[in-house]
Amino acid sequence: MPELNLTSAPAHLRHGSNIGQPLTRRDGVLKVTGQATYAADNHPPGMLFAVMAVAGISRGRVVSLDVAAAKRHRGVVDVMTPDHKPELAIDPEIKTNPFVFRMEVLQSHEVRYANQPIAVVIAETLEAATEGAALLAPRYETLPALVGLDAGESFVPPVVGVGNPSEHHHGDVDAGLASAEKQIDAIYETPPQYHNAMEPHAIVAAWDGDRLQIDMPTQGLRLSLARIAELFGIAHDKIHIRSPFLGGGFGSKGFLAGPQTLGIMAAKLVGKPVKLVLRREQMYGPVGHRAPTRQRLRIGADGEGRLTALDHHARTVSSTFDDFYEPAADASHTLYAAPAIRTSHDAVRVNTGTPLFMRAPGEATGSIALESAIDEMAWACGMDPLAFRLKNYAEREPISGKPFSSKALRACYEQGAARFGWAKRSLQPRQMRDDAGLLVGWGMGTATFPALMFQAEARAVLRRDGSGAMEIGAHDMGQGAWTALAQIAADELGLDIDRVAFNAGSSDLPDAGIAGGSAHTATAGAAIHSAGAAVIAKLADLATGDDRSPLFGAGNAGVIARAGRLIRRDDESRSESYPEILARAGVTEVEARGTGAPNPAAMEEYAMHAHGAVFAEVKVDPELGQVRVSRMVGAFAAGRIVNPRMVQSQLFGGMIWGLSFALHEEAVTDRRSGRIMNANLGEYHVPVNADVPPLDVITVEEHDPHVNALGIKGVGEIGITGSAGAVANAVWHATGVRVRRFPIKIEELLTQR
Amino acid sequence: MKPFDYVRPATVTEAVAAGAHPGAVYLAAGTNLLDLMKGNISRPDRLVDVTHLEGLDGIERLADGSLRIGALVSNADLAHDAGFARSYPAVAEALLSGASAQLRNAATVGGNLLQRTRCAYFYDTASRCNKRDAGSGCDARDGENRGHAVLGWSENCIATHPSDFCVPLVALDAIVEIEGSNGRREIALEALHRLPGDAPERESALEPGDLIVAVRLPPVASGFAAHARYLKVRERTSYAFAMVSAAAALRIESGKIAEARLALGGVAAKPWRARAAEDVLKGVAPTADAFQEAAWRALTDAKPSGDNAFKIELARRIVVRALTLATAVTPARLPALPASPFASTSGAIHA
Ligand SMILES: Cc1cc2nc3c(=O)[nH]c(=O)nc-3n(C[C@H](O)[C@H](O)[C@H](O)COP(=O)(O)OP(=O)(O)OC[C@H]3O[C@@H](n4cnc5c(N)ncnc54)[C@H](O)[C@@H]3O)c2cc1C
Ligand code: SF4
Repeated sequence: MPELNLTSAPAHLRHGSNIGQPLTRRDGVLKVTGQATYAADNHPPGMLFAVMAVAGISRGRVVSLDVAAAKRHRGVVDVMTPDHKPELAIDPEIKTNPFVFRMEVLQSHEVRYANQPIAVVIAETLEAATEGAALLAPRYETLPALVGLDAGESFVPPVVGVGNPSEHHHGDVDAGLASAEKQIDAIYETPPQYHNAMEPHAIVAAWDGDRLQIDMPTQGLRLSLARIAELFGIAHDKIHIRSPFLGGGFGSKGFLAGPQTLGIMAAKLVGKPVKLVLRREQMYGPVGHRAPTRQRLRIGADGEGRLTALDHHARTVSSTFDDFYEPAADASHTLYAAPAIRTSHDAVRVNTGTPLFMRAPGEATGSIALESAIDEMAWACGMDPLAFRLKNYAEREPISGKPFSSKALRACYEQGAARFGWAKRSLQPRQMRDDAGLLVGWGMGTATFPALMFQAEARAVLRRDGSGAMEIGAHDMGQGAWTALAQIAADELGLDIDRVAFNAGSSDLPDAGIAGGSAHTATAGAAIHSAGAAVIAKLADLATGDDRSPLFGAGNAGVIARAGRLIRRDDESRSESYPEILARAGVTEVEARGTGAPNPAAMEEYAMHAHGAVFAEVKVDPELGQVRVSRMVGAFAAGRIVNPRMVQSQLFGGMIWGLSFALHEEAVTDRRSGRIMNANLGEYHVPVNADVPPLDVITVEEHDPHVNALGIKGVGEIGITGSAGAVANAVWHATGVRVRRFPIKIEELLTQR
Repeated sequence: MKPFDYVRPATVTEAVAAGAHPGAVYLAAGTNLLDLMKGNISRPDRLVDVTHLEGLDGIERLADGSLRIGALVSNADLAHDAGFARSYPAVAEALLSGASAQLRNAATVGGNLLQRTRCAYFYDTASRCNKRDAGSGCDARDGENRGHAVLGWSENCIATHPSDFCVPLVALDAIVEIEGSNGRREIALEALHRLPGDAPERESALEPGDLIVAVRLPPVASGFAAHARYLKVRERTSYAFAMVSAAAALRIESGKIAEARLALGGVAAKPWRARAAEDVLKGVAPTADAFQEAAWRALTDAKPSGDNAFKIELARRIVVRALTLATAVTPARLPALPASPFASTSGAIHA
């Protein structure tokens, strides 16, 4: 079966009008009528309920569990503990590749962080399992917990984020700072944050001999499958994972973690299907989070407001037993044209579950610090923050010197500022009031996120009845993959979207890679594009090689696939429908596969990023310090927009998250025990409707011939960047108080009257 | 969840008999109680469901001009009762500033009065808490306590009472009607909640089996309707408990304050009536200076219990603002963002 991976112009064209349409979510009605089956909605016959007991301390050992009491409780079937559990095929402490994270699956009695699973109670009802877990009444040997950014000796991690060097140098930063006419040196702090997807992590696992059926929300079907295969020592083709819908993931459902593994172990232990769903507070531990940071920014500028140096250092934390380092300082690599840039990281180890990717990992955390610092620098230079950013506009990527594959940031600034009315902003802070006497402030931030690509494969089919199918194990986390990818599929097959069976969300479909890094539409889209081209090429061969076809001999000229017909490119009067071609050839269907992957040559040559500019207005009560965002405008350039409605939603969501980052979100950590004290949605504040102002999103036209065949850059994460800083800067502009510790709290703003 | 008996008495007498059993608790809408049970903070043996009792869901004007509110009236129904909101606007505003629309639809008057503290250590069974487990210690005292009490706290407990509803009620001298094993009695709302002292586990003046059947507002309470507001500073615009709140109610006659009522929320283990502040306002003109003076008086005894010194200054400022707002005529319609510092700004259609 030939595989096509199209990066250059294909011989045959496909014309469609699906991409670019603001279709509503094709799964929307299912969701609002409760018919979309999420993992925890599955109840295979005979299913039992598993509930985790989790550690109440964050460092030490479990010395006793009252298993007998739990077992005596009516309905309890079994209690899985370190001393009573099915063996795994490999030690879960072994990192078989850098994207395997260590997990707690009862391999020892050691406690490494609060809320770590220490036992699993399996029962006939959820209530019995829950009470069984309470009856275990664990006793501990407790050691002093390591908590906070100063918990111990710091060290320089070997890599940060997905494997970036932890330090980066470009030019002479010390000389740049020394020669600067204006300088700032400021320290910003960001708190730990938790993904808090609406849908908790859940698994329904059922063994049938050595076959394993799993329902589980995941952002990485094949990655999870491979991890399960190695943990349980079974072949890949014995495992089937269904994940048609996710109620949000934000990075926390990317990798298989301890709780899902425990669900599979529990099912094995009792020989029945088992469901395990995390309680909200149990999501604050074993399934990742955004690590806290303390970031120091030193920036210099000359008399004209041109940057001379940018030094960005980030301190973060990782767990005591594994490595993930929030790459916060890397946010300074791409945006501002400083002749000298240094970014560096260090870290301490604390008793926490290992931090992990959380929507815009590094970019969000770094962005709020960088954008605040740039604002402070503009003020130090006496310049308007937008004028200052334009003065330091990077025509090439500062850290690498590479040209950008495309960069419509200037247009973002212009269109966003015009829509917002930025020109009327006062330079001085604390100048504007509304009719009610509230302080009004305007702030802005630049948004950026890398345009990434991973690997994916898709399978395309054209059938004699005129329909088509596209299969790819893609993931819909709520972002709209069921819709956007189907739109791409329809265009690639030259069919109307209603004639295409788009199939995703299952591990028996071609591997779509991981839905993360804002790269899923681009990556899966590229695979769909290739598969579509390949199947059209096959169909075209059938037609152009057959002298009974009106397309006979058109091989060199090429054909256009449109509305279920192949049309001669140089003579549109000659065409034939797909069913006619297939019927004459005597085949019921043609099928082909295609892949999507990054293009190393293009990546070598170009820096690839999406960009944006966010403008925010806040109101602050001058005496009481309460803050409310009253207006936000974001203008984003992210290549081709597959579905404007979904894209707008993603950008809205990102901007709201940015607002949340600046004003609300924080996991309050007890400084002694390391326990999270607000592990629930009542007290872990995210914005509610009344916090979210009218949002205005502009998507700026941008054509990028280099990122991938379809010219798609991601939009999933960029909305947070820029927005968080814009809100923080607006608070400063409203009050004259520069808060450098996020989220901004009322007490910080009570200083002035 | 721990297994428990569930009983649904038909009459108040039966309810009181069932509720007097050791290990029994009353279940109203359960918006607080069920959360506590799911988290293993409360482990009752018996739930006495009072939601089907007759005659506890009415709002009636009594002959003497008092208003009697049945314990089962929902927070939403009470706030949206037009007559009620007209007579006691600060109470309606406080109700609508609490929780979310869904919770207010369910939550009852009695349950609101007796909701438990939101102290995180109380909710976290891995932490020590004198209220949950008498004598075990108080992990909030040296913990994350920026939201904790600044008035009336003790070394044994620094928790606050979170109710918004109670704050204007206590300012208006509300009375709680109780049915107990020895029959009916009534107490001032101000005497319902106890300060922690050395027994923080004893939160109220109620005895086992005591059922709140109604809350009564005395005849004079409606005399403040023209100048009554509730103000609540919180960490997001809606759906958050108060950092600090205040209810201010004034009777203004010929440009002078004939009588002032002031209470604070989020500062102590009970809704905090500020009588000393009321006294300095009596008979003076409603000026900024007078309000400043009142604010100082209201917080004279305040002291931080941790990282919360700012709450004292915030409380003073809230007192001044609440009194200022109350001096202006009570708005004819409740603002779209009730009790919010942003109440006067446009653009919000719901909270
Ligand atoms: C997420 C969230 C946010 C919230 N935000 C706010 C807020 O901002 N402001 C605010 O004021 N409140 C807030 N609340 C609390 C809410 O107001 C209370 O949960 C509610 O009022 C309790 O009423 P209920 O009928 O559900 O009581 P239940 O939960 O049924 O009972 C609460 C307690 O009162 C006892 N009880 C109930 N009725 C009686 C009676 N008649 N006699 C004797 N004892 C009785 C019960 O035994 C129990 O101990 C919030 C709650 C939640 C869950
Ligand atoms: S403040 Fe009170 S409720 Fe909170 S932990 Fe201490 S004793 Fe318990």
